[in-house]
Amino acid sequence: MRTVTIVGASLAGLYAARELRAQGYDGRLVVVGDEPHPPYDRPPLSKDFLTGRADEDRLALTDAEERAGLDAEWLLGVRARGLDTAARTVLLEDGRTLATDGLVIATGAKARPLPGAHTLRTLDDARALRARLTEGPQQVVVIGGGFIGAETAASCAALGHDVTVLEAAPLPLLPQLGPQMAAVCATLHRRAGVRFRTGTGVTGLRRTGPATAVDLADGHTLSADIVIAGIGAVPNTAWLAGSTLALGDGVLCDEGCVTASPQVVAVGDVARVGGVRAEHWTSATEQPRAAVTNLLAGRTLATPHPVPYFWSDQYGSRIQFAGRYRPGDTVRVTEGELLDEGPGDDGFLARYERDGTTVAVLAVDRPRPFTRARRELGRAVETATT
Amino acid sequence: MIPVCRQEDLPEGESVRVDTAPPIAVFRTDDGSLYAVDDTCTHQDASLSEGWLEGCLIECPLHAAAFDLRTGVPTCLPARHALRTHLVTVEEGVIHVHVTVREGTAA
Repeated sequence: MRTVTIVGASLAGLYAARELRAQGYDGRLVVVGDEPHPPYDRPPLSKDFLTGRADEDRLALTDAEERAGLDAEWLLGVRARGLDTAARTVLLEDGRTLATDGLVIATGAKARPLPGAHTLRTLDDARALRARLTEGPQQVVVIGGGFIGAETAASCAALGHDVTVLEAAPLPLLPQLGPQMAAVCATLHRRAGVRFRTGTGVTGLRRTGPATAVDLADGHTLSADIVIAGIGAVPNTAWLAGSTLALGDGVLCDEGCVTASPQVVAVGDVARVGGVRAEHWTSATEQPRAAVTNLLAGRTLATPHPVPYFWSDQYGSRIQFAGRYRPGDTVRVTEGELLDEGPGDDGFLARYERDGTTVAVLAVDRPRPFTRARRELGRAVETATT
Repeated sequence: MIPVCRQEDLPEGESVRVDTAPPIAVFRTDDGSLYAVDDTCTHQDASLSEGWLEGCLIECPLHAAAFDLRTGVPTCLPARHALRTHLVTVEEGVIHVHVTVREGTAA
């Protein structure tokens, strides 16, 4: 391969560039990113960046020195518009075309939009929201109680705003944590004095002078100065419509991140790897290693099976989860204790068990035992797949 | 020079956090050696005293960045900046940390 193009200049795209050089690729490397910013880290956007504890310099994933070492051409603020797989050409919105031998798709996902509400996905989103949040105490309504919604709500509460969280499902994080632990984590909202309503969908937003009226499915209406939607993300695959790649809630690839074309791999939030699309920071940093190995080899050699891992910081508590929960798993608190249906003062560690085997582990403010349990899970997976 | 704890209160494989500004983590490795580094991971806000100690390597509990306790230098991504290291001494059975004033330099 003489030219490799990476479309997407965020976490997964940057890690793919690093892996290409680390694995000895010395040809031309082009990185295309639709945002004008060099690669930055998104997790702090809903946490320390929003509260003002961290500024933009803390978000940078790379610096000029490293970028020089990667010896790549960075086309930032440029959006890809299409892919001609037969001609091996990436089409850009500014009319340029890039002929390429290999392609890494790392276009991520975009926040599901809700007109009239802020979303929080990009640095520009976070800048806009942060500016609004510094205008004195306000009524904030957060739609969606998942990770982004909960973290954003916690940051708004820490800044002294009056916060209401709305969740359409009976509990947030049900698919990820199961009912028992979803309920435990949901208590963090109430303990922080945040109003928390579940099982109620939003039917619409209306401007009423300076405020926004949030109409609920149960007939009630809330008034908000600021509305924030954290209602999921949609993989950025529209630019691939009409290409020969298989799409379906992401770019479909095998367990080695390889698409139907061996010269095209996909990593990060946009990739549906072996049937699973994981929107986790750790997936975006782990997948590029195997993807690049397979891209350079021209076939699937590496099919890693890492244990999924995510973390979330909410209301001063750190939630960490590793493994896979399935309905029917038994959940036991094995360290620490629960207090009033929430985490005890010293946090806790819970194990999810299936047929007598630990399949997942959840910790609130118990990082050391969590790391130990996460490593055990990793070893168990290695044993099972070798 | 800051007293940390009595020697016998820091067993092998364990760590203790000193609430200086910035905080410092003191480790006793499996061979009995004592090391002190800045407690906060240079990558993101996480406490290394809560991390995973293996030989002379400490792994961050949040993102698995790893640092060599002897030098403070990260051994893998996502961390890219070195931790400050601090001298540790034992006097009359008490572990002390001598806080390094200068910024850590990559070896």
